[in-house]
Amino acid sequence: MMNTAAIVIDDLLVRRGGVVVIPGLRVCVPAGQVVGLLGPSGSGKSTLMRAVVGVQKIAGGTVTVLGQVAGSPALRSRVGYVTQSPSVYADLTVRANVAYFAGLVGQGSDAVDKALAEVDLSAVADRKVERLSGGQRSRVSLAAALAGDPELLVLDEPTVGLDPVLRRDLWNLFHRLAGAGRSLLVSSHVMDEATRCDRLLLMRDGSLLSDSTPDELLARTGALDAEAAFLHLIDTAADTAKEVV
Amino acid sequence: MNPRLTLLTASRVLQQIRADHRTVALLLIVPCVLMGLLAWVFQDTPVFDQVGPALLGVFPFVVMFIVTSIATLRERTSGTLERLLAGPLGKADLMFGYAIAFGLVAIIQALVATAFAIYVCDLDVAGPVWVLVVIAVLDAVLGTALGLLASAFAHTEFQAVQFMPAFILPQFLLCGLLVARDRLPDVLSTISDFLPLSYAVDAMSAVASQVEPLGDVGPDLGIIAAWVVAALVLGALTLRRRTD
Repeated sequence: MMNTAAIVIDDLLVRRGGVVVIPGLRVCVPAGQVVGLLGPSGSGKSTLMRAVVGVQKIAGGTVTVLGQVAGSPALRSRVGYVTQSPSVYADLTVRANVAYFAGLVGQGSDAVDKALAEVDLSAVADRKVERLSGGQRSRVSLAAALAGDPELLVLDEPTVGLDPVLRRDLWNLFHRLAGAGRSLLVSSHVMDEATRCDRLLLMRDGSLLSDSTPDELLARTGALDAEAAFLHLIDTAADTAKEVV
Repeated sequence: MNPRLTLLTASRVLQQIRADHRTVALLLIVPCVLMGLLAWVFQDTPVFDQVGPALLGVFPFVVMFIVTSIATLRERTSGTLERLLAGPLGKADLMFGYAIAFGLVAIIQALVATAFAIYVCDLDVAGPVWVLVVIAVLDAVLGTALGLLASAFAHTEFQAVQFMPAFILPQFLLCGLLVARDRLPDVLSTISDFLPLSYAVDAMSAVASQVEPLGDVGPDLGIIAAWVVAALVLGALTLRRRTD
């Protein structure tokens, strides 16, 4: 498993409302790693993630996940998906939410307790989600996916609005999961999270600007941090475009 | 369909309803208040005994329609629907899970409303009371099934609420409560033959007036049950795993 790819995307074409949002994208996400998907808001990160979990209509190309076509029935309990806005039931308690989503993939209360502890929500397990802060809600959503112990976790901006300590803890958790053979695709628009990833995908306007390790990216661009590297890549791409014109 | 996932979903929906005390109170008290009001309005006339049973079928139908269409719309807008469909839950599991949960709520609602109508408002029913309750529950499940279907066509809460008059009021006008169905203009009478609420009211009227109503009630219930299944299946077909 460790040597195979978790996700292979070939010539992915996505149109939304007649507008091309991903114009032919190729990428291979290795298994057993934390792969960051970075880019500004509106760059197509969420659309790409939706395609990986098989809820996005695609106009062309193929998306292969864990060796199968994305969205195929056999994958539905092997892939965990956490959307950007927390998709949980506000009128249920934290535990009831996590227990329901865990139950759907056949996991019991042990998995629920473990997931709640991992996202540091054990203390508020019996509180209704509507009484929680935004950051806590998104952790409930994350716990609901973690409790299913999926082989691939697709996390759309899971660390937004969290305090630095918690953010660090979650990234440590992601690496522990990867160490245990799980694959993670984690998006963020915060560039300083780049260095926490094993591998980085930089995305802009539906295309990949870069696919490398963080160190390779900095070495190649001569930049000091991911933000500068990102700007460098955009400027280079713009210069190339001018020369072509 | 997977029975375990269907029941898990039904139990989750029940937890949501149970957590909302005000909704539970409204579900149980409003039909009683309306029955009481009706009995009072028509005191010293035979009208209450004539239309009371029919309304015992109409109330749960309307209430469950509204509650369900809002509940499923919330499921869509909160992103939980997309999350569920990305997972192993089948579309039919979701639909029937909702139907089972609201069906159970409907049993309690029907028991309370029927008991109130008979023991407090002195509603006089010729047929057996349990048949009345069975019809009321099936009407409520019909409301749930149509609500699930209707919510597929609503993108906002405003639209969902408008579907109540759009789906329900025409059926109410044609169901035989205001004018007997055989005295409606021919076209309307024919249309009413195709609407499920007509059979709900027919069945209730049969229980109200006949000591042995099962011969008339049976076919009516069959037609309502067919509508329930059709609406649930159509509702499941409108769910899309992949969206734009």
